[in-house]
Amino acid sequence: MRAAMFATMALLLCVALTCGGGAVSAQTGSPEQAPPPAPAPPSGLIYADVANDAGNAITLSWRKSPDDSLGLGLVKGYVLERGTSPVGPWVTVDSLVAATSEYVDQDIDRNTPYFYRISAYGPGGTTPALANAGPAIGRETWFNTTRSSVLAFVVVFFLLVLYYMSLAQTGRKPFMRRLAGIDAIEEAIGRATEMGRPVLYVPGIQDIDEMQTVAGLVILESVARLTAKYETPIRVPVAYPIPFTIAQEMVKSGYLNAGRPEAYDPDSVSFVSPEQFAYVAKLSGIMLRDRPAAHIFMGSFFAESLLLAETGYSTGAIQVAGTANVHQLPFFVVACDYTLIGEELYAASAYLSGEPRLVSGLKAADMLKILLILLILTGCVLESMGITALTTWMETQ
Amino acid sequence: MKRELPLLMTAVIGIFMILSFFVPHHLVGVPADYLQQCAVIVVAFGYVLGGANALRVNLEGIARRQPDWPYKLVLVVSLIATVVIGLADGRRWQEPGTASMFLYDRLYSPMQGTMFSLLAFFIASAAFRAFRIRTVEAGLLAAAALIVMLGRVPVGDALTSWLPESIRMSAFQEWIMNIPQNAAKRAILMGAAMGVMATGLRVILGIERSYLGGGD
Amino acid sequence: MNLAALEKLDRRWLFLIVGLLVLGPLLKPLGLPLGTSKPVKMFHDAVAGIPDGAIVLMSCDYDPGAKPEVVPMTRTAFRQLMEKRCRVVITCLWPGGSSLVDQTIESVANEMRAEGHDLVYGRDYVDLGYKAGYEAVMVLMGKGIANAFPQDQRANSTASLPLMRNVRDYSSFAMLVNISSGYPGTKEWVQQVNSRFHLPMVSGCTAVSAPEYYPYLQSGQLKGLLGGMAGAAEYEKLRGEKGAATKGMDAQSLAHAFIALCIIAGNVLQWRKRGARS
Repeated sequence: MRAAMFATMALLLCVALTCGGGAVSAQTGSPEQAPPPAPAPPSGLIYADVANDAGNAITLSWRKSPDDSLGLGLVKGYVLERGTSPVGPWVTVDSLVAATSEYVDQDIDRNTPYFYRISAYGPGGTTPALANAGPAIGRETWFNTTRSSVLAFVVVFFLLVLYYMSLAQTGRKPFMRRLAGIDAIEEAIGRATEMGRPVLYVPGIQDIDEMQTVAGLVILESVARLTAKYETPIRVPVAYPIPFTIAQEMVKSGYLNAGRPEAYDPDSVSFVSPEQFAYVAKLSGIMLRDRPAAHIFMGSFFAESLLLAETGYSTGAIQVAGTANVHQLPFFVVACDYTLIGEELYAASAYLSGEPRLVSGLKAADMLKILLILLILTGCVLESMGITALTTWMETQ
Repeated sequence: MKRELPLLMTAVIGIFMILSFFVPHHLVGVPADYLQQCAVIVVAFGYVLGGANALRVNLEGIARRQPDWPYKLVLVVSLIATVVIGLADGRRWQEPGTASMFLYDRLYSPMQGTMFSLLAFFIASAAFRAFRIRTVEAGLLAAAALIVMLGRVPVGDALTSWLPESIRMSAFQEWIMNIPQNAAKRAILMGAAMGVMATGLRVILGIERSYLGGGD
Repeated sequence: MNLAALEKLDRRWLFLIVGLLVLGPLLKPLGLPLGTSKPVKMFHDAVAGIPDGAIVLMSCDYDPGAKPEVVPMTRTAFRQLMEKRCRVVITCLWPGGSSLVDQTIESVANEMRAEGHDLVYGRDYVDLGYKAGYEAVMVLMGKGIANAFPQDQRANSTASLPLMRNVRDYSSFAMLVNISSGYPGTKEWVQQVNSRFHLPMVSGCTAVSAPEYYPYLQSGQLKGLLGGMAGAAEYEKLRGEKGAATKGMDAQSLAHAFIALCIIAGNVLQWRKRGARS
């Protein structure tokens, strides 16, 4: 009896411990909780060759894992892999964050078939897509079709230049309006000659890759010709080394064309510094010490333009400036006697030489401008009517 | 050949670089990239030429005791000292405590800032002296300048704080910047772009050849 | 009033007045209220809209000359990006600016570390320093950032830096934040990078350059624009900061007001002289 009671109590104790333990487990949480499931796989991986390139890019897109869209935190990201055969070996291209559904692979060799596979990964593991995509081949093209509008303009401009040049060769020189700033250069040099003081010529503060510097150096040749003719010294401080060597050639050429090669002074052209304010400090020193009677600023200028122009004004010199840097034009207009605005600087070399071939280039640019104006007006009307074909054609990539 | 060869090179390379803008094919793209890198190297070597000229001209001026020879002496000493210090510090020249950084922080930076700040003074004198209204257009320009100048800073809105926000100085300033200024800027930019194209084409086709020197 | 004397007024008097008007508010601030303009709000919102943790390219193309205008912008933009846990790659295309940019960035990073932010160079931000070549560098970066900058500003190999392992070319960046004071600068980035690679872009620039970039803002090529110290001050206001730009606005306000007065005074003189003649 006693044994039966003891056994029953032991049995009850075991049951109690088992159920209580389970209850405790249920209340506090089992240390061995079931791990989250692996995310559902992405699908629909498609590929396309990127157009208008050198064959180094493939664009890929896929449908995100359904678990990604639900925002359950089951998807941390995607891994994109690439291989040269449908069965691998696979190389990881990139690891992408969740919610990504497209990618451009720019690390491929052209004309080589590639296969891709995409996997979703998360806390529960990694699940590859059910199918791979391929063969994707990057092919290079011979022409970037998105730039056809630019090509059209270049070709039209080229044809216009040829047309007006051929007209010029028949003796019909196109009309060109006066540029007061350029006419004033001879007046300025004449004044410097009367006062027995030099002419200061500044071809801008940028390097030779800037077209304004090229334009400024071309005008320098004509100015040097005039200073040679009037036997007036010229000072040309230059900011960069390559324009410095070209400026020397321009001044030498000017003296040669004026029939006075022996009067050319190699030290009239000097290299200063590419540092903007070091350059302007030197120029200010020249203006205040040497007191040139004429200052000619032709080229690209930045913040130093007002420093130059105001310092020059304080010395009483006659000043002629020309720049296509629109933000500096107000300073030159305020402090200089004459200013060439924007493309007048580029027109100056044609104007000075008077050569029909050069002037015909200006005429072609004018005609292209008229074409642009018509295009802008047409574009405005079409856009207002909801027709975007012209705008789309004009966009480039 | 002294003139023909440079003209030919200019034409070939110029047309090739224009072509590289339209043709993505590697036969055009790869040489174009290479040429651009070559341009960077050529420009860097140009500094040697320029530095040599700067030294030669200024040393001659010092030797001949030209009127401004003390300034030339300062320039030559500064040039040599900067180069020597830079070479001595080597690749670590930008680390704190080096002599190069001392020059940069105590000389170069303050001098640059000082020169730039001169603009504030010069613009006051230019505004007083030269900004004269002699025509209707100049009057419009002056009015726009006053509105933009005052509208860009708090004092403009402080002066017009009694007006609704949509017609305070800053609102007019934004309208001027967004509409008429934008239109004029675009027009000048397009015209200048034409000028760049025309000049570039003249140089590439050899119509403009004065940069070669030595007479027409 | 002696018209002749005023007309011949030595400009050094004007310089003195400008000097005093600028110095005064710097010593004793006036506290003029500051507004916020649309281009600045667009800049702030564009940066705020970058996904947290994204990689951003920050090109600081300036030198010490424009320091008062562009350094405050750099500081505020870098801080905003760091607070969003963005990873920032910094470049400089001006030879005289790389040290200043590095000092500025490191100064902000140190301030943020003192506030408790965990910022590590090489992991959270990298300064690639200066590279010669202007637009050629921009195009070269399109073929690979590490190709264009094999070493960073501190002579580390670029490939060894943890942040740079996730950076290939422009496609690795969520945005370009360009702070510039001239050439090469915003215009070149728009022409070479924004139009070719379609990298979204915002710009901070000197006041004199800002009007030139309004067409790009209007066309959507720029998502935002800070113009000069005024733009920097408005940006600081939006961020709740009181940096150097905000402190300088009182001085700039008085200077602008004085220049406006100079224009008016010059014209009044001219009209009175004309009146006296007739």
